[in-house]
Amino acid sequence: MFVYEEIKKSFLVSIWFMFLTFPIMVIRVNTVENIVEWRWERMILVGAGSFFLSFIWRYFIKRKETGQKEAEQGEADAVSWNRRLAREPRFYIPALVGVCLFVAAFPFMFSLYQTNIMITALIYVITGLGLNIVVGLAGLLDLGYVAFYAVGAYSYALLNYHFGLGFWVVLPIGAGLGLIFGILLGFPVLRLRGDYLAIVTLGFGEIIRLILENWNEFSFGPSGIANIPRPGLFGIEMSLQEATIYLYYLMIFLSLATIFVVRRLQDSRIGRAWIALREDEVACQAMGIDKTRTKLSAFAMGATWAGMAGVVFAAKTTFINPASFTLWESIIILCVVVLGGMGSVLGVICGALILILLPEYLRVFSEYRLLVFGAVLVTMMVFRPGGIISQVRRTYQFKGNTGKQATSDVVSSG
Amino acid sequence: MVSEPILQVTDLTMDFGGLRALDHLNLEINQGEIVALIGPNGAGKTTFFNCLTGIYPPTKGEMLIRPVDKKSRRLNGLKPNYVTEAGLARTFQNIRLFQNMTVLENVMIGRHCRTSAGIVGAIAKNRSQRKEEARIVEDSYAVLEKIGLAGFVNEFAKNLPYGAQRRLEIARAMATEPFLLLLDEPAAGMNPLETRELDELIVRIRDQEGITILLIEHDMKLVMSLSDRIYVVDYGKKIAQGTPDEIRNNPAVIKAYLGEEADA
Repeated sequence: MFVYEEIKKSFLVSIWFMFLTFPIMVIRVNTVENIVEWRWERMILVGAGSFFLSFIWRYFIKRKETGQKEAEQGEADAVSWNRRLAREPRFYIPALVGVCLFVAAFPFMFSLYQTNIMITALIYVITGLGLNIVVGLAGLLDLGYVAFYAVGAYSYALLNYHFGLGFWVVLPIGAGLGLIFGILLGFPVLRLRGDYLAIVTLGFGEIIRLILENWNEFSFGPSGIANIPRPGLFGIEMSLQEATIYLYYLMIFLSLATIFVVRRLQDSRIGRAWIALREDEVACQAMGIDKTRTKLSAFAMGATWAGMAGVVFAAKTTFINPASFTLWESIIILCVVVLGGMGSVLGVICGALILILLPEYLRVFSEYRLLVFGAVLVTMMVFRPGGIISQVRRTYQFKGNTGKQATSDVVSSG
Repeated sequence: MVSEPILQVTDLTMDFGGLRALDHLNLEINQGEIVALIGPNGAGKTTFFNCLTGIYPPTKGEMLIRPVDKKSRRLNGLKPNYVTEAGLARTFQNIRLFQNMTVLENVMIGRHCRTSAGIVGAIAKNRSQRKEEARIVEDSYAVLEKIGLAGFVNEFAKNLPYGAQRRLEIARAMATEPFLLLLDEPAAGMNPLETRELDELIVRIRDQEGITILLIEHDMKLVMSLSDRIYVVDYGKKIAQGTPDEIRNNPAVIKAYLGEEADA
């Protein structure tokens, strides 16, 4: 009796909502003519709307629950579409080719504005993948991640301003400085975990921002640094359009490099140590893993990518000031990781694209933009708590009964 | 010829604030023995393991290891991972597996301290790197086969039945190539059949792998049938030591377990 029960419940919900919104939606006092207007038609709208939404909600929750039950009973033959896509070559090869073509042709198909948004999204892909190492793999909740991003951006801006260093020279320097700052932050927080760690990293992020804001002689304070040159290409003069397209391809390249490195790290001895650290710190140490080194390496690796992304950010906007590096940025990057799926490379990419592109394309909703955005986030987390694409663990295949010809075969790792 | 003990603990004392959890404990273990450490709840057995494996720094005392054919070494002040590297591996009283990793990956973590790939290697993934990784998989699988868990290879650790989880803890510890295996209540919560299998497994580990074993256990049947020697502690003090027969008839042990007689 699913339908009847649900209709009854949804009906009650709609009654309740009509009652709740009655004073603000229905009654209006017209102070000019001193009469009370009763707008009953609105009540019907609220009732119908809440009934509909509640029913849909229940339907999907129900579906999710039955899906879980089936999965628990081992009827996993109906593998979810994304797993199947990743497993069977006849699905994923055309999909991959399609995506590649689309990505390559993107700047020529869409306007400069769209390309710019895409570059921003790609910056978040890189920072998201970096934070994914710290949060998703090593399980260290870092709320001050944007500090490393700021380090990268300011290293480019300042080195360029004072010494005239170009983008390509500073890119590795920015990454290196990010790494150093990652280790610097790593040392004091080695003993901390969970909530405590989150608070300390939050403090660290704010410290960096406040230094940038107040140390005028060093960072030019809140007025920031302007006229940062865009990335060069053997000294060729480029128009704004060309420069943007160039930056777009540059970002695609950097993103691919990041994906490559992160995937390899994840499937390595170090990556396993990070995951073990996340799972159980005491057991991890007792199994011979150096906690200090593992934690520091996670922080350092995450910060490196943030530093690099920061350099690109400065080059893209050509102007930076401390307002770009607030706690809000850290939270967005964290959302990218959590929403996309912790520990999953593909998930983080999807998360970044959705989180950055969605607010842009929601501009048609004008003032309701953030409301819709919030609703999407909540719905997403209710229906897919593990993220859009949850991590698929690497499985090892053994050929033959002995371990002699054991090959480690990556079937799929999201 | 009397060989020197491979583990020698002298006057080990551990204070938690005003509480003395271990009180001048002396203990010696010889190569190839199965030694049990027993005592009532709260006697300080697990604290002893934690001191030995570097989780707590002891207040006082000496811990010395002399692996066969290797230099002797003090364990005091070593971090847990270095203790493991030195050849002491342990399991935990409450299972501490890496729940969201597969069985094989759990064991592969055990191989961590015997391998060396770093960040650069992981990214470059050159030939020696790939070889090492393949070796890790191979060795880990071999350990699983020895412990009888090969059938669970790609299963998540958290999905294993309880007894298998206990055995996986042992497998993971074995993967670190220890000369001394410390088992903290390996039979806790097991049914009689699983306990019997564990008994056989422990003897097999000692006989085939030549690994010496020190275990904490409450299951007296298992302790009596398994161990060569038994140490009994109560309130952090050693109250008796000897063969199972000696311990069975030791009045101090009976007193510790059953309480003092009313008229004494």
